[in-house]
Amino acid sequence: MAGASVSPTPLLKDELDIVIPTIRNLDFLEMWRPFFQQYHLIIVQDGDPSKVIKVPEGFDYELYNRNDINRILGPKASCISFKDSACRCFGYMVSKKKYIYTIDDDCFVAKNPSGEEINALEQHIKNLLSPSTPFFYNTLYDPYREGADFVRGYPFSLREGVPTAVSHGLWLNIPDYDAPTQLVKPRERNTRYVDAVLTIPKGTLFPMCGMNLAFNRELIGPAMYFGLMGDGQPIGRYDDMWAGWCIKVICDHLGLGVKTGLPYIWHSKASNPFVNLKKEYKGIYWQEELIPFFQSATLPKDCTTVQECYIELSKQVKAKLGKVDDYFLKLADAMVTWIEAWDELNLSGGDSAKLANGVGKLAI
Amino acid sequence: MAQVSIQDSEIDIVIGAVQSDLTSFMEEWRPIFSRYHLIIVKDPDLKEELKVAGGFNVNVYTKSDIDRVVGSSSSTVLFSGYSCRYFGYLMSRKKYIISVDDDCSLAKDNKGNMIDIVAQHVSNLTTPATPFFFNTLFDPYRKGADFVRGYPFSLRNGVACALSCGLWLNLADYDAPTQALKPGHRNYRYVDAVLTVPTRMMMPVSGINIGFDRELVGPALLPALRLAAEGKFRWETVEDIWCGMCVKVVCDHMGIGVKSGLPYVWREERGDAVESLKKEWEGVKLMEEVVPFFQSLRLSKAAVSAEQCVVEMAAAVKERLGPVDPVFARAADAMVNWIKLWKVAGSQTAVA
Repeated sequence: MAGASVSPTPLLKDELDIVIPTIRNLDFLEMWRPFFQQYHLIIVQDGDPSKVIKVPEGFDYELYNRNDINRILGPKASCISFKDSACRCFGYMVSKKKYIYTIDDDCFVAKNPSGEEINALEQHIKNLLSPSTPFFYNTLYDPYREGADFVRGYPFSLREGVPTAVSHGLWLNIPDYDAPTQLVKPRERNTRYVDAVLTIPKGTLFPMCGMNLAFNRELIGPAMYFGLMGDGQPIGRYDDMWAGWCIKVICDHLGLGVKTGLPYIWHSKASNPFVNLKKEYKGIYWQEELIPFFQSATLPKDCTTVQECYIELSKQVKAKLGKVDDYFLKLADAMVTWIEAWDELNLSGGDSAKLANGVGKLAI
Repeated sequence: MAQVSIQDSEIDIVIGAVQSDLTSFMEEWRPIFSRYHLIIVKDPDLKEELKVAGGFNVNVYTKSDIDRVVGSSSSTVLFSGYSCRYFGYLMSRKKYIISVDDDCSLAKDNKGNMIDIVAQHVSNLTTPATPFFFNTLFDPYRKGADFVRGYPFSLRNGVACALSCGLWLNLADYDAPTQALKPGHRNYRYVDAVLTVPTRMMMPVSGINIGFDRELVGPALLPALRLAAEGKFRWETVEDIWCGMCVKVVCDHMGIGVKSGLPYVWREERGDAVESLKKEWEGVKLMEEVVPFFQSLRLSKAAVSAEQCVVEMAAAVKERLGPVDPVFARAADAMVNWIKLWKVAGSQTAVA
């Protein structure tokens, strides 16, 4: 049965890194200070590396710009996007922690219907530390939440659940719409607070947004590659989508869970829909091919690690999506490069923190 | 999204009377129900006289009606207890049926407004479902929501929604062991969402608060799995869970949708979970066989209508579950009988 305990959520402050891609400044961190200050930040600076990104006082962080990425990865740096927030996945790779929380720099603390500020990180931790239930739908949503449980008819043999690999949060105010929808509904704001977390069923794909996302790096990290976007690439704003389809296929194969719903953050900036349309344009009709590909993708039984699954997926991308566009041949190669780089940095035990450009210590 | 406007005359409210005095129940629901036609079916096992409130447009069916239509007494067993409502589904000639248990009352939403469950179920049933890809902002057809970035455009038309599963505040629909373990546990969380349950994902459909499109899936809402010691509390039944899985398989096969979430009803305190648990735990055990069976069930291309789907399902139940427990063999027979009944008594289209 689902636990009814109300023990406090562990902070996990030495087990979790917060990864933030930025090109401008990190002023938004001031609002998050009460919730983030105890955690280590990994800042991935996109764009011009000569620009100095000012990090608010009192945060413990390491910062990487493009020069650092090139220096650390050498030729393998080609798999990390430039001039796109997809570069954030470099932060996942260099982290040494078990959990990652990633957030965009235009996302602020939201309030729940009672007017209280939402500690998004705490909710993500709750989501990740409690099991998922991908095999049978629970009509009362997450049965492990306080105040909920499994409903009548839910088989007891499925009530232990499976480990949760990903916690996908949502956004109040500016919703994560694509460019065509933004153009048609420029004024629409998401004001509906849905008080639920739920497991996305096995076999079902979803659009994973990277704005407010947490995951268990040990369980699924190597599959969280955000693809080739931005400068020199034919597509943008599909980085998190691509990662989301890959991780869902792999989680389904490995018996891991993906949750979506709470927590909400407040998304303040609506990006320019015309700029977005140019970036997304190819993606909008490519995804008609991508979705059937991912929906029917199967992985062989002997793929038992995330890396093995991911390499196998890259082969299938090459074989089946190469004919959609040459971009996918490049992407398949980049997927392999990513895994090679991941294993180099993570399996060899190298201390990449020493390689960071900027490292800030908590000033106490 | 533009919504189809539905006439009140296309809707039937079907109530299975498991208790004999429905007057306070009907008074409670008068503000919502009085504009619609009601079908009330009295549990044929109930000895007391049925009491209903006045001022409704209602047809009441009792044991004698069931006997007349169904014929043999063995078929009357089909409609005993909570299953009496299925007789109402059989008799209805409307497109949409809304059905709630007789121990439910009006709930309020998170703004303190009375919830019109009929309007919400009808809204769920008349806006498309999206079973092939999950929308993270839940029902994209609700006001103030839409499909999110990354949702394939070719899937944005959606498909027809055949079943709408509502939820319950106060006494949630937990099984007896769960409620017995946490006797004070009540559901006060109002989740402001409707979502489509993805294709091939099975779920426990609670019969306490549902709406469905009778034209699309009527024959698949059937009384079949009757526990040996089935009783008069939901903790002592699994008939609706079985029925819901049948409907989900049919919907998945036909490429139509099932939604879950709003509306909420307020479920009254009734019965004792510990007593029910002492009496009946067979249902909990049976689910271990039932769920894997439905998860792996695939129907042939030849099954095009809901009736054909049910007939195929019944054969599969008999073959694969029959040997496991006689209750399943009886369920398979009940499904076959139901379709025969439906053809005779349920399938004529009514004159509006």
